[in-house]
Amino acid sequence: MTTTTSPPPATEDDYGTHPGAAANRFFKWLSTGAGALILITLAAVASFLLAEAWPAMTMGAAELGESVSFIKPDQGQSLIEIIGYLVYGTLLISIIALIIATPVSIGIALFISHYAPRKLSQGLGYLIDLLAAVPSVVYGLWGVAVLVPVLTPFYQFLADYLGFIPLFAPPDSGEIFTGRVAMSAGIVLAIMIIPIITAVSREVFLQTPTLHEEAALAMGATRWEMIKMSVFPFGRSGMVGATMLGLGRALGETMAVLMIIGPGLTYTPYILQPNQHNTIAAYIALQFPEANALGVNSLIAMGLALFLITLLVNMLARWIVSRRSEFSGAN
Amino acid sequence: MSKRIDINNLNVYYGSFLAVEDVSLAIEPKSVTAFIGPSGCGKSTFLRTLNRMHEVIPGARVEGEVLMDGVDLYGSDVDPVTVRRHVGMVFQRPNPFPTMSISENVLAGVKLNNKRISRSDAEDLVESSLKGANLWEEVKDRLDKPGSSLSGGQQQRLCIARAIAIKPDVLLMDEPCSALDPISTLAIEDLIQDLKEQYTIVIVTHNMQQAARVSDRTAFFNIAGTGKPGKLIEMNDTPTMFSTPVEKATEDYISGRFG
Repeated sequence: MTTTTSPPPATEDDYGTHPGAAANRFFKWLSTGAGALILITLAAVASFLLAEAWPAMTMGAAELGESVSFIKPDQGQSLIEIIGYLVYGTLLISIIALIIATPVSIGIALFISHYAPRKLSQGLGYLIDLLAAVPSVVYGLWGVAVLVPVLTPFYQFLADYLGFIPLFAPPDSGEIFTGRVAMSAGIVLAIMIIPIITAVSREVFLQTPTLHEEAALAMGATRWEMIKMSVFPFGRSGMVGATMLGLGRALGETMAVLMIIGPGLTYTPYILQPNQHNTIAAYIALQFPEANALGVNSLIAMGLALFLITLLVNMLARWIVSRRSEFSGAN
Repeated sequence: MSKRIDINNLNVYYGSFLAVEDVSLAIEPKSVTAFIGPSGCGKSTFLRTLNRMHEVIPGARVEGEVLMDGVDLYGSDVDPVTVRRHVGMVFQRPNPFPTMSISENVLAGVKLNNKRISRSDAEDLVESSLKGANLWEEVKDRLDKPGSSLSGGQQQRLCIARAIAIKPDVLLMDEPCSALDPISTLAIEDLIQDLKEQYTIVIVTHNMQQAARVSDRTAFFNIAGTGKPGKLIEMNDTPTMFSTPVEKATEDYISGRFG
């Protein structure tokens, strides 16, 4: 038993594969497939919108007006004119919401990430996440039942003292008789988008490298100066992203607006007057139940416009973020 | 410009944990004082009490006195923000502000102290600070480029330029070369020799050769075991420390028998 058997020489097969190779391949296809699914969904939605909107978009204005009850070319409300009013109303109300929500959200996020004691910040973060889970119809009901009556005297105050600014001009009577106006819709939307903007900003702020924060503090920066020097520059693209997420939700929000606003179709800036503005989503929801086939085509054309706005907003946000990427905090 | 620091019976706590126990020592103006010792011995923690940077960590507090030219930095009327404007700091890893250009980085601290600074004054200050940090020749043609475009060693010198631009009384350095290659390390060590003409410098280092090369006085910190507080074992003139230390622990450490 002293003969030593030399091991057989290695062949290429020995180096051919390894355990886990199949799983690796499988996962590669799984993730590629998931990525492709997004593109397919987007393409499907876009082509659906285009195909369904086509009949309404190509038909003559007068002809369309005869068959669709809510399109009245003779009153300056042809399909394209309505879309114009609605795009304006949607942007106006969303911008009101953003102007209110962004500073509040960033303030809350900063408080949670940099000011509050740890125990309080955990509880607050949890509460904010809860707020995001409240269904929009509940916000709408709350807005109509609670917020609008409370806000009406405040609007009267605004109209009395700042009424010379067209934005806050009261109706001809000088009385604010109802709070079911664009301002209210904007405020309720702001409350709805505060949680998402806060949650995303908070995560970004928490990731500011300690090294950069200490760099500022060690030079004798106060906490606020440190935030301006380290936290904001680092989190800028995250804040833009958070705001755009909020804007996306505001643009598409239907129920709350539908329930609160007294709808109208104009290009006026009067956000304290009822029957001036409406949003695309709320308008579609309002007209859809009684629309005939061509009516549905017309509404889908409006949906297409909303789709395009959202796309543009996202591209704009990307551009803002990439403008100074050389100086980005993420390196 | 440069001040002396006397520390009397300083205890540093994180919550109820005593991290550094009963340190008393004196730091002379216009000299380099090095803190050496094994990891976790509290030398960095102690350094950060000299500009109250340890207070950034919740629960951190001190007992005892830190007197800068006789003024207690922990006096009840003293604002840590003001302390840090007089005691500059350079960190382990270079940390220029990534969203600022090279010159903006240099001016960052000045803009905090003095919001209005004329354009020409600002340019002069950028030049003198970068020259003071031996960086001017390398970056003078690209002052508007981001600070993060520089190499690690250049970034660290940029951080030093940023710290000296506010003309501190004392400059603290927390292992300023630990992330740098030997050539950049040498550049920083040369710079420290130049800087001590004007500033009181305190440097924490893991590298005993570095302490021997750059410092005038050396303090050795040690820790009895995990969970025990760090203590000052011995402090003396650097040549004495490295040739004839008094304490056995110091000798063991500098001769490489542990740590």
